[in-house]
Amino acid sequence: MAQTNNFPETRFELEIPDPLKTDEFILNMGPQHPSTHGVLRVLLKTDGEIVESATPYIGYLHRTFEKHAERMTWPQVVPYVDRMDYLASMNNSLGYALAVEKMMGLEVNERAQYLRIIVSELNRIASHLVFLGTYGLDVGAFTPFLYGFRERERIIDLFEEISGGRLLYNYIWIGGVAFDAPDGWLEKVNEFCDYFEPKIKEYNDLLTFNKIFIERTANVGVIPADLAINYGLSGPTLRGSGVNFDLRKNDPYCIYDRFDFNVCIGKGEQGTVGDSWDRYYVRIEEMVESAKIVRQAVNQIPDGDAKETVPRNVRVPAGEIYFRTETPRGELGYYIVSDGGKNPVRVKVRAPAFCNLSILPAVARGTMVADLVAILGSLDIVLGEIDR
Amino acid sequence: MEAKEIYQRLKDAFQDDILEFNAEVLQPFIKISPDKTEEIAQFLRDKDDLEFDYLMCLSGLDLGENLGVVYHLYSMKFNHKIVLKTEVSKEQPNVNSVANIWRTADWHEREAYDLLGINFVNHPDLRRILLPDDWEGHPLRKDYQPPKSWHGIPVTLANEEEQDGANE
Repeated sequence: MAQTNNFPETRFELEIPDPLKTDEFILNMGPQHPSTHGVLRVLLKTDGEIVESATPYIGYLHRTFEKHAERMTWPQVVPYVDRMDYLASMNNSLGYALAVEKMMGLEVNERAQYLRIIVSELNRIASHLVFLGTYGLDVGAFTPFLYGFRERERIIDLFEEISGGRLLYNYIWIGGVAFDAPDGWLEKVNEFCDYFEPKIKEYNDLLTFNKIFIERTANVGVIPADLAINYGLSGPTLRGSGVNFDLRKNDPYCIYDRFDFNVCIGKGEQGTVGDSWDRYYVRIEEMVESAKIVRQAVNQIPDGDAKETVPRNVRVPAGEIYFRTETPRGELGYYIVSDGGKNPVRVKVRAPAFCNLSILPAVARGTMVADLVAILGSLDIVLGEIDR
Repeated sequence: MEAKEIYQRLKDAFQDDILEFNAEVLQPFIKISPDKTEEIAQFLRDKDDLEFDYLMCLSGLDLGENLGVVYHLYSMKFNHKIVLKTEVSKEQPNVNSVANIWRTADWHEREAYDLLGINFVNHPDLRRILLPDDWEGHPLRKDYQPPKSWHGIPVTLANEEEQDGANE
């Protein structure tokens, strides 16, 4: 055969088997990758674009909280629990304080109770706003991130004024709160609600009902209700699957039974019940409900000394308790064992994001790699809480 | 259903494997034998009048002589709760896994294995979860001594050790 070009002949001697055989490809997603929301490594086995299996590897942020807690006195644990779910510190310390108070049989001052509700619900809004922003980023929309952080900034300013901290507050103490609200603070909270509530429409116009966003999230990562319950999912992730379950209603704690609010569940408006869009939309609706609770609490709050019931010495009788509260991510449970001494014998934390993430291998199978990012984002994980 | 009735139901079905019932404490618990956890879990989940479909929490703890596992169960339908406890010796820390009953238990059992060294028999994938695979020991045991270094990274600081000595 006459050579008409200068290519080496070996180039054409590739053997192409028939039928075309391909290998599965192993891909490390993370630990340093923006879509993993922290330091999470997911080991993907892919067949082309299709994920065959996804195995999460966690522990990169393990700070031995549970071991630390065993050497701390009871009030000293509070700043540590703040650092677990750092996007919702108030909700974390609320759960711990309530658990210890229940063991001590301590009744908390009314004003402190209301302040706790106000800051927890504001923190829920702030946390969901971060979710809104980062989820937008996950699926390729940059502007919602700026919108979300714009409103969150105002909440953080409110927190700074009442507690001194902007991210980690150490505000909710055993027996009450660290400081009473400064003059005019409650009016500012009301002003924030006035400012915030119309913004929901902006988010909806910009992201929620955006055609591209719906295409990326509807019918993606569907979690059926029974699977969600079996995996111990909780919070908006569980409600997204159409399960009407909110600890603030179903297992009320604090003074949540005094407020009128709705539990939002996924209805499959844009696709199937339990898809990523549903989980997203539950959180958007929840922000409206939280603002409603905040308003009611500000209207009802009585006068009094918010630090009245903070004990000088925390003495916890021997015994144990499992106490759960609803944080922005779901059911945060504290299993606390006391022997009557200065420090806890055991503080085990049932972190909502820990359970929520564990479902990833089950839903990832057969999805596209790009969809996996959308699913992971819709679970709204915080690695600080998963690894503790 | 009240804790007392749940205890009766279990006692009727499993007799000697139900070791103790305590209703005096804040949250009543039932103590069960560690090699029957899976059957008991299945019973609690599948019986129509119990239907404990939600495992809230699974915790391991060091009880001094023994290791303990505590299960906190909840029923979405009936809104009732129960606490199960089981104890194993430190020499033979074998507990039957419930990961096939409630998938929640999968990672929680791995965590209890990782931090306390409880061996869950029949667990589908019992590996360390929070610590590196080649870590030695189980840190949440009360007698745990941390290593001086791990792959050349210092774990305990020199002045920390001195402080510990001063406290003792």
